[in-house]
Amino acid sequence: MVAETSSTKNISVTLKVWRQAGPDKPGKFETYQAKDLNPNMSLLEMLDVVNDELERKGEDPIAFAHDCREGICGTCSMVIDGKPHGPHKGVATCQTYMRSFADGATITLEPFRAKAFPVIKDLITDRSAFDLIQQAGGFISIRTGAAQDANATPIPKDNADLAMDAAACIGCGACVAACKNSSAMLFVSAKVGQYALLPQGQPERDSRVLNMVAKMDELGFGNCTNQYECSAACPKSISHDFIARMNRDYIAASFRQAFTAKSTSTAGGA
Amino acid sequence: MANLESKIPSGALPDKWRKYKAESLKLVNPANKRKYEVIVVGAGLAGSSASATLSELGYKVKTFVFHDTPRRAHSIAAQGGVNAAKNYQNDGDSVYRLFYDTIKGGDYRAREANVHRLAEVSVNIIDQCVAQGVPFAREYGGLLANRSFGGAQVSRTFYARGQTGQQLLLGAYSALMKQAGAGAVEIFPNEEMCDLVVIDGQAKGIITRNLNTGEIRRWAADAVILATGGYGNVFNLSTYARGSNATAIWRAYKRGACFANPCYTQIHPTCIPVSGDYQSKLTLMSESLRNDGRIWVPKKKEDCGKPPAEIAEEDRDYYLERIYPSFGNLAPRDVSSRAAKRMCDEGRGVGETGLGVYLDFADAIKRFGEAGVKERYGNLFDIYHEITNESAYKTPMRIYPAVHYTMGGLWVDYNLMSNVPGLFVLGEANFSDHGANRLGASALMQGLADGYFVVPYTIGNYLAGVKPGSRPSVDGPAFKEAEENVRNTFKRLLAPGTGKGGSVNDFHKRLGKIMWECCGMARTKQTLERGLKEIPALREEYWKTVTVPGSADNLNQALERANRVADFIELGELMCLDALTREESCGGHFREEHQYPDGECKRDDENFAHVAGWEWQGEGKQQIRNVEPLNYETVKMSVRSYK
Ligand SMILES: Cc1cc2nc3c(=O)[nH]c(=O)nc-3n(C[C@H](O)[C@H](O)[C@H](O)COP(=O)(O)OP(=O)(O)OC[C@H]3O[C@@H](n4cnc5c(N)ncnc54)[C@H](O)[C@@H]3O)c2cc1C
Ligand code: FES
Repeated sequence: MVAETSSTKNISVTLKVWRQAGPDKPGKFETYQAKDLNPNMSLLEMLDVVNDELERKGEDPIAFAHDCREGICGTCSMVIDGKPHGPHKGVATCQTYMRSFADGATITLEPFRAKAFPVIKDLITDRSAFDLIQQAGGFISIRTGAAQDANATPIPKDNADLAMDAAACIGCGACVAACKNSSAMLFVSAKVGQYALLPQGQPERDSRVLNMVAKMDELGFGNCTNQYECSAACPKSISHDFIARMNRDYIAASFRQAFTAKSTSTAGGA
Repeated sequence: MANLESKIPSGALPDKWRKYKAESLKLVNPANKRKYEVIVVGAGLAGSSASATLSELGYKVKTFVFHDTPRRAHSIAAQGGVNAAKNYQNDGDSVYRLFYDTIKGGDYRAREANVHRLAEVSVNIIDQCVAQGVPFAREYGGLLANRSFGGAQVSRTFYARGQTGQQLLLGAYSALMKQAGAGAVEIFPNEEMCDLVVIDGQAKGIITRNLNTGEIRRWAADAVILATGGYGNVFNLSTYARGSNATAIWRAYKRGACFANPCYTQIHPTCIPVSGDYQSKLTLMSESLRNDGRIWVPKKKEDCGKPPAEIAEEDRDYYLERIYPSFGNLAPRDVSSRAAKRMCDEGRGVGETGLGVYLDFADAIKRFGEAGVKERYGNLFDIYHEITNESAYKTPMRIYPAVHYTMGGLWVDYNLMSNVPGLFVLGEANFSDHGANRLGASALMQGLADGYFVVPYTIGNYLAGVKPGSRPSVDGPAFKEAEENVRNTFKRLLAPGTGKGGSVNDFHKRLGKIMWECCGMARTKQTLERGLKEIPALREEYWKTVTVPGSADNLNQALERANRVADFIELGELMCLDALTREESCGGHFREEHQYPDGECKRDDENFAHVAGWEWQGEGKQQIRNVEPLNYETVKMSVRSYK
């Protein structure tokens, strides 16, 4: 239940938290009480309070991923009451505040669930698959020092702005966790879309989309069936339009790859 | 005593770097490069850019981060922008002006030659980033846009909405991923460096602990680069990411690397004020907001409790505009922060705690409309709303200074090499370019300058003197000893405490409080001496009583924190010692005893125009203060004025 309380009255909640000691260990929900919480506290700060108490008693704190705590690093993950990053649109777990919950509420916390994101401990999953997708083509092949003057190629503001919309992805994986097929299409399309909108991205445009999509499939992410749960869960509200753009790019690239003549020369020259 | 020789090349300031590169720096031939292995610890702007570039050159690179992927480094959180002397705005900017602003901004406590080089390569950074596909903000004509930052009277800051650090880091990360995909860099995520291995006086490797499995491993290399970021979390509450820590540089310090100017910390003027003791971090509101926001407090104390809308224009004190008419709301950070503190000390602070000032956008909204303001700062307004539940479109933001950056760090020479040969230090982890105060948008510039354009050249100069293939075996005694040292630290932390001391966080909070009160925005002999009494006592109590549950052989976040807080406590003590010894005020280091009647910093150039490079002498022994004199050949040291 989302109840945006603006009062400063302290609240208490019951937590049902997924505890799992390790990747190959069984997991189960444990119940904790969190009492007398300032509603302006963030959800993660509430977990800090719970953990401090556990630690003082010598008990194992709840492991959860976090770092910047301002919605930009993409470290925090977890599913809050069935939703990746919790009840609010366009924010990450770390930007979820206790005022979003009613006094006396029960809050369920689970890790992101996806085959490609195995659980490491409690609420922490292994999202390294995203790095591998990025390595398959999420870059422009320019060596340090080889660049021309930055203003030599003007870029229409609209394209630059749209590229920035795509580039805002924080790589958290909520799109995968929200998708019933565990597809990584929103993540991949955001990267592909950013570069496809920029002149610098053109030389490798075809190989990029083909390689990144192939890698995504290889790593066990599912197919996209256009449900768009991904965009709804995305803490940066990245639009599923980028998926449509990428699909067009993918088809065009496959076509060109099949029918374009390629130089077969490997000669080096003197 | 360590020898802090700066190795600044001879020649006129504007020619030093070019001539040094062309004439003096030794090169490693391409066939030999792949015989050298370089360890890079950290993949923020400095570490990613260095890793990618060194591997492009042919060196074998291993990159370690404690994060689960390099893309999460704290650099990702930088909001406002990156400086470069492009002069695209035709407003009179130049390499010299950027150099001069940075020297002056640093209150004449940085090295001229380093800063000039930084200004020179700043232009290449922008070129490089654009070529990588970094979507900087653009004007309607398609050219790059700029904004202004504090301490400058030109518009030289490039930005990508309020997410500049994110975009620059993702650019560097993409270069790193390209190299990793090609097998040229090996990346080790979740791997925390816990010790440096020094053999015959040279850095030859590191010891790491894998945060997921607890495994402790040894790694040998021909050179080690630390790009591990700043240590502001000594204060507990800061704008840093929670994980940012000092362990890598602190352990290197204990292996002989000098720590320069540890007391130089930056308190950023525009952060969301503290609201409760549960708070885990403070959130920055980018300095770019000062382009269009106006800072004020009520003229009369009685008005402080009123809603801001009910305070008439003539009853508002736009104090930065009043005191610093030529820079106004864009006065440098240290100056603006202290001014805010003075207002609150006078009883004119706003908000529940009285520790806050207004940052008001009413004029900007009149000028550009709400949509215009949204386009410039939308995401910052959103963050503000999420945290405070208030809309800054309707009512002014409340802000207060918070710990944000550390100018101090490991001492490095002109080559960015520490006094331990083979140990290079880049980015915020070194002390190099910002003197006693960093100007906004200059950390991103420095991180990328170090990684893309400086260390790739200067490391060759060192490696050219290292025999290819002479890398030591990790089975040697130095590695064994270092590993034992690391294991012992974890063992001690896990040893059952008396149970009275509380959790790691409890101790971190107590340390933060001592540091903020004793070594914060304003310091005195008395507060620092108090800190120097309280911190060692805290340290003793910590080791005796802290409760760390679990074991070291799996993922244990309490243990990770405990290991880092142990270092913060020791570093905090050194910061107080350094602040006590520096009997002057300069930049972010404000000693109340040393000020002009108007409250500005009073430097003592005769006695303190130098870098203090602290040297560890062993447990329980007095740390030594070495000195590197700062010789100004081009700029005249003068009283910094922004009036
Ligand atoms: C909120 C905020 C906003 C900012 N905005 C701006 C701005 O607009 N403009 C600007 O110029 N500057 C800004 N700064 C400052 C700037 O972001 C930082 O100074 C800079 O990004 C630091 O980069 P770095 O590469 O040195 O280190 P970091 O980005 O901190 O990276 C450190 C790296 O080291 C690794 N690491 C650390 N310790 C270990 C260890 N022991 N073992 C293994 N790995 C380790 C981490 O995993 C990480 O990869 C801002 C800072 C903050 C806090
Ligand atoms: S902790 Fe960084 S995005 Fe949530």
